[in-house]
Amino acid sequence: MPDMLALESKEIEKKFGYSWAVRNVTLKVRRGEFVALFGSNGAGKTTFLKVAAGLMRPTKGKLAIEGYDIGAQAEEARRRIGFLSHNTFVYRDLSPIENLKFFCRLYGVPDSEERLLGLLSRVDLAQRAREPVRAFSRGLQQRVGIARALLHDPSVILLDEPYTGLDAKAAQTLNTMLDEAVDSGKTVLLTTHDIEQGLRAATRAVILDRGRVVYDGSAKDGAVREAYVRYIHGGEAR
Amino acid sequence: MKPVAAIVFKDIAIEYKNREAFTSMLLFGLLVVVVFSFAFEGSDRRSLAPGMLWVAYAFAGILGLNRSLNMEIDNDCLQGLLLSPLSRGDLYLGKVAGNLVFTLIAELVILPFFVILNNLTFDIVLLWIVGITLLGTLGFVAIGTTLSLISAQTRMKEVLLPVLQIPMTFPVILSAVQATALVMSEDSSGVSFPLSVLGIFSTVYIAASYFVFEYIVEE
Repeated sequence: MPDMLALESKEIEKKFGYSWAVRNVTLKVRRGEFVALFGSNGAGKTTFLKVAAGLMRPTKGKLAIEGYDIGAQAEEARRRIGFLSHNTFVYRDLSPIENLKFFCRLYGVPDSEERLLGLLSRVDLAQRAREPVRAFSRGLQQRVGIARALLHDPSVILLDEPYTGLDAKAAQTLNTMLDEAVDSGKTVLLTTHDIEQGLRAATRAVILDRGRVVYDGSAKDGAVREAYVRYIHGGEAR
Repeated sequence: MKPVAAIVFKDIAIEYKNREAFTSMLLFGLLVVVVFSFAFEGSDRRSLAPGMLWVAYAFAGILGLNRSLNMEIDNDCLQGLLLSPLSRGDLYLGKVAGNLVFTLIAELVILPFFVILNNLTFDIVLLWIVGITLLGTLGFVAIGTTLSLISAQTRMKEVLLPVLQIPMTFPVILSAVQATALVMSEDSSGVSFPLSVLGIFSTVYIAASYFVFEYIVEE
């Protein structure tokens, strides 16, 4: 199924009380694309990503991951998603290896120590694989979170401000892992405030403003920087 | 069933490492039994004992549910569970099973102290009480797990759980107290009615929670 879309959202809307967080977002992301999703605080980036990951029910609209509807075929869709946010979702009382073993069992993937230690060594944590996560700094915990998000080899990787709390070395490790993921045909959707970090490897840029898509184009196009200044830095009166 | 078992073993592993829930449940439950035993000295113990036992169980159970809730709130771990391909219903069953294990272990430690302090005997009646404890705790934990995750979405969290839990489990606790009182009395012929109520409530709570759980945990 070479032409199948990795992510397809149709008129996604999400309302909290009286305010709209996401309005009429229609996106078609092809397999192997690296999409950087920009927006100021409250633009709806995290809400859209949570809807895409099945953590939030949209008020209106449909969203599918590799053809699987996130509502009706939720389990199949979620199996294909790796999600990383500034929260790591790992248990602080457990060690990295115990956390990863637990998540392997949830995803039904092999949980051999050899495989998990290999994954932890990629985030430079193999030496501390058996220490409780509680003893780790914020950046080290985020590295465990990276390993957790990628341990089931997801084909669609959703990243919500993943660089928060990461030191330069860990950010470089994450970048390398994302580059490898894209090279192997995986799809990445990344939200960030940082245009340089976002455009580093992105093939496409999308800008959200007050819940709506206001820019959707090539990440290599100079227009994305103008749009970024206009909508995020408020370069133009709004 | 493997992912459900994984949730139970994960809860046990965390509790084994920090022993927070079990210690507080046990101490609180024992404290209630000891205080009530001394307070009711000279009274008709047999008529007061069932209520005393279930008050101890209920308070210890709420502490355990609170701890289980905190485990999933910390670091947004609940979201990590929700991201997995596990169905919401199976996630609920896993959390119920984990909570049931801790609550039952604490209760089965509290029970012998209750028997000794109330001058009861270790005979067939005790087996009946163990059976009622199993059934009553299942109903208590079945709805308590759902309520703990509802309160997890609110700002009040730990305060809200007992406020919701006590009225919602009132029929379960009342039936359990009645059943315990009947098996401790000389004529236990009417015990089938409170046991039926316990069974019905437990089944309804589990079935309803299993099907509505996804609407509770998703934002």
